[in-house]
Amino acid sequence: MIPKRAKQAVGQRLLEAFRAAGAEEVAPDILLPAGSLLDLYGEDIRARAYVTADPIRGEMMLRPDFTVPVVEAHMTNGAEPARYCYLGEVFRKQDMGDQRPATLRDNEYLQAGFELFSRDPAADAEVFALFHRLLAPHRLRAEIGDMGLVLDAVRGLPLPEARREALLHHVWRPGRFRRMLARFSTPSVPRHFPEADAPWAGMRSEAEMIRRIARLNADAAVAPLPAIWTERLERLFRLRGPAPEVQAQLAELAEDMPAIAGAVARIGAQMAAIAGHGIDPEAVIFDASHGRTTLEYYDGFTFSFHVGNFHASREGWPPIASGGRYDALTRVLGKGREIPAVGGIIRPGLLAELEGAA
Amino acid sequence: MIRLGIPSKGRLMEQSFDWFADRGVRLSRAGSDREYAGRVEGAEGVSLVLLSAGEIPRELAAGRIELGVTGTDLVREKLAGWSSDVAELAPMGFGHADLILAVPDCWRDCRDLDDFAAIARDFRAAHGFRLRIATKYHRLVRAWLAAHEVADYQLVDSQGATEGTVANQTAEAIADITSSGETLRANNLRILDEAPILRSQATLFAARAAMGPQMDAFLAQLRIEP
Repeated sequence: MIPKRAKQAVGQRLLEAFRAAGAEEVAPDILLPAGSLLDLYGEDIRARAYVTADPIRGEMMLRPDFTVPVVEAHMTNGAEPARYCYLGEVFRKQDMGDQRPATLRDNEYLQAGFELFSRDPAADAEVFALFHRLLAPHRLRAEIGDMGLVLDAVRGLPLPEARREALLHHVWRPGRFRRMLARFSTPSVPRHFPEADAPWAGMRSEAEMIRRIARLNADAAVAPLPAIWTERLERLFRLRGPAPEVQAQLAELAEDMPAIAGAVARIGAQMAAIAGHGIDPEAVIFDASHGRTTLEYYDGFTFSFHVGNFHASREGWPPIASGGRYDALTRVLGKGREIPAVGGIIRPGLLAELEGAA
Repeated sequence: MIRLGIPSKGRLMEQSFDWFADRGVRLSRAGSDREYAGRVEGAEGVSLVLLSAGEIPRELAAGRIELGVTGTDLVREKLAGWSSDVAELAPMGFGHADLILAVPDCWRDCRDLDDFAAIARDFRAAHGFRLRIATKYHRLVRAWLAAHEVADYQLVDSQGATEGTVANQTAEAIADITSSGETLRANNLRILDEAPILRSQATLFAARAAMGPQMDAFLAQLRIEP
């Protein structure tokens, strides 16, 4: 068991490095209003975060992550470019299924984080290189991805807008996405909407329903998506390997899917920038599906660091560090105002355990 | 001593008493109808505890009773990791109820969960907040919707008269227990064409920590394989 003090010490060391990289330290509250977190993350967050009630402030949440309060603080009084860092506990509960797991996960642990608000495309490589440098002594496996690539691939499908938008909405829910894609790839069956005797009830209006029925009727005339597109998408989702290798495969795929050409060029520039920071691209895994099953609001470059072959006994550990670009989140929180942002967190407690075992 | 918890009221209590009587164990309420103490005849070392069906899962997990009759819905909703603490011994054949998701019957475009997911997305875009589902079964409903990858909704707590929430505009849909569907129809609600979130019935549960020779002997008398 590594004492909390040792984990704190590792956290302080990371914080110091973040400050040296030009970040201003911020210290968000631990008790956060539940409203904006719930609106952003939906019910999933209620299963993961501790919710408590304040008689005056209403529903509050024990900080499940730092991103939202840091973005909110930046939006109230920040100017770009801005770099922030923080160190503190986050709280996550584990809602188990039918069986209690043999070992419980930590329900409170430290996060040391760095967030960069900047429109400069070089920001992604800057953040990744900083994390890479801090974690280099631990010989972790670095993985990256780019949600922009996946989103562009979907945008490029020869589909009417309504179908394309529906697919884009569910990119982060692989099962629903797959079924929807399968449905769009078969001839649509015109639907019959039976009359209802029931009077109208509830807040969803009849006009909303009529709009949806009109959309579905129009949709019934749409020709199925040729199977080749599902094959191409699946080829893309499966791409995983050393970054230069995947880059070559992406360039090939872009000949069949011109819509991803821009993203592929951007990733090429990204990798060059990362190499420019002295990182060997061969040692970085590029996974085209990285970020698809994690946080919905990562919509560009994503990264994570994992215990790898050097730590065989620690299989099943969560990522030691993770992050990415989350412009979609600032778009929602900013109510139309967009503030490009990229950042990530490291878990000092896990690092301390690695160091303790070394 | 095996403490046996039985719902303290109404048909569930009577049907539980009948179920045990069929197996040679006579349960009865001691004294007046208002007293929550009980009597057991036909079994050695068993005592009867009458309590609310909703509290039986917690009492089993806490080790304050060794056996208990309650609905599978209550055990799964109230005990996280339930099967680590309690064993499901015998479905008892009564108290049938399904946990279902229901929408206003006037939603002619909503047959199944795919429709529901699409409507939730439209609703959120049109109204600026997530479509509300009223329920008291938060964990079960959330886990089921997560497994089916439905987003864009929120749960609102409703501990009673849940069927009325749609007409009152405090929710757009409900997730609740129903046996005949009568109350749903009376409130112009319709069950989605999906398998229920959970099929529940009255079930005899045992605390895992209380398993042993004494329990085995009583279960053998009840003709139950532990």
